[in-house]
Amino acid sequence: MTLISVKPVKNREWQKYQKEIAFDHYYLARSCIRQNVFPAAEDILMKILREILGKDIFDDPAQTTCTGIAYHSGIIPFETTMTVVARQFALMNEAGYENFACSCVTSFGIYTEVLETWHEFPKTLEKTREHLMNATGKTFIIPKNIVHTSDLIFKFREEIAQKLKYRLINKETGEPLKVVDHIGCHYAKIFPEHGIGGAEYPYVLAGLTDEFGGAQVDYPERRHCCGFGFRQYLLKSNRGYSVANSKIKFDSMKPYKPDLIIANCPGCTFFLDRWQYVIAEMEEITYGANGYGIPVLTYEELTGMLLGYDPWEMGLQLHQVAVEPILDKIGVEYDKSKKYLGAKGEYIGEPLLPLKLKQ
Amino acid sequence: MGTLLEQLKKDVRYQEGLKACINCGTCTAICPAAAVSDYDPRQVVDDVQSDNEFYIKELLISDTIWRCGECLSCKTRCPRGNTPGYIIQALRALSIESGLFKESEEGRKQTLLAHSIGTHMLDYGYCVYFDALNTEDFPEQGPVWDWVMKNRKTVLEKLGCSYKQDKPGSLRKVPEHSMRDLRAIFKETGAIDRLNKLKDI
Repeated sequence: MTLISVKPVKNREWQKYQKEIAFDHYYLARSCIRQNVFPAAEDILMKILREILGKDIFDDPAQTTCTGIAYHSGIIPFETTMTVVARQFALMNEAGYENFACSCVTSFGIYTEVLETWHEFPKTLEKTREHLMNATGKTFIIPKNIVHTSDLIFKFREEIAQKLKYRLINKETGEPLKVVDHIGCHYAKIFPEHGIGGAEYPYVLAGLTDEFGGAQVDYPERRHCCGFGFRQYLLKSNRGYSVANSKIKFDSMKPYKPDLIIANCPGCTFFLDRWQYVIAEMEEITYGANGYGIPVLTYEELTGMLLGYDPWEMGLQLHQVAVEPILDKIGVEYDKSKKYLGAKGEYIGEPLLPLKLKQ
Repeated sequence: MGTLLEQLKKDVRYQEGLKACINCGTCTAICPAAAVSDYDPRQVVDDVQSDNEFYIKELLISDTIWRCGECLSCKTRCPRGNTPGYIIQALRALSIESGLFKESEEGRKQTLLAHSIGTHMLDYGYCVYFDALNTEDFPEQGPVWDWVMKNRKTVLEKLGCSYKQDKPGSLRKVPEHSMRDLRAIFKETGAIDRLNKLKDI
């Protein structure tokens, strides 16, 4: 295989797409997928915002699913999604907040779509208010500011960088680590003006790579979908759609020998992690060095890791692709013997090893 | 009720999705579904733009409209501001409302989603629910997930989660007043009827 060198990315196109990101006081809208498959990630985010940056973020137990996955899977009407969104806004109002921060990229797309629909078709806003009142007795005010939570880390990236314990540098060679950034489609492909850098040159994660000392990998299928496909993944019989699209990306990035993949969408992080395991087991193809996969981290996990948080307190042991290769390259201190211990440090056994993918 | 075409044109997603298609094929070129199947959004938009009742019905009874993955990459790239993914949303809604989804294999699969995603939302308040993520249905979760599921109480406690608890945090129990609101919204806005149509097969 030909090794393609990674050239410094100096594209400034992203600067045309800026957006307002509130400075403080956020209402957190949690993500169904992130809570289920990376259950510690949102708590890392809140810890970074509260403890490192001194910000206020409210975690409301009364919130529910935004229904985005159901809507995009084609099982509920758009009117339902608009009204559930309106209820989330009502909860934010009741809690005394004006700035809405979504953890899920599907949700972020849903919230921006709903706002645009209300703007383009004012009667849908009237109808939504009527539905919400009839169903719950609630009213709502549209938030002043709506962002994805990766926007918050991006906004404060320089301040965070000052406090990092580690950087995206290979401790042996001193070279920047090669980082693939994957942006969830619904972050900016629907409304480029709502994403840092727009749809073609999103900078929300590349900005973290640059600020934290790494090197961006600009590979041909960089903007290709991870292959979630909503119903296509959720139906077991259709899952070939999902793994095939992730494979398109892996095959395209492999010649650049990336050290790490980062993603801002919980679904994308999951698929880019788990489909490497499946491709290894089914096809005996691995994308990292020496039989390992390429570690895949969410942007909160990346930031938490570089700030020096314990990998096993952040839940990095829940990834199926081993994260040790990236920890070792950076020189992150960790105790491998504690990886699979329980809450009180008790031994609870270890997962079976995959047959092909090295752990 | 009116013709299928008349009903389709009432949907805001149709109105947003179809401006004037020049049939350039850019949407098909960048479509992940087209990359892995014979799905062709250019052809779908061409059929819809024809304003032909026969073509609309052909789409509504076909597997074609269920191939899209709703990534909406087509919205970004269309040089004329069309969104095939939105047109698909309108076609899918009409296929279900008219009962024509039962004519296609992919349409009939929607009943599985109504039972899984629909139930997760109405019973727990989540689209995806932790207890249902077993490796029999989701084998790609891998052996690490078997370990997580087997030791879920202590693993989730270690990660600071509020699994099934009445307090803020990851995987908390959604409070009953929120569940009442959610179910009332589903009833008010037609989601219960839509889910029942999908289950009635």
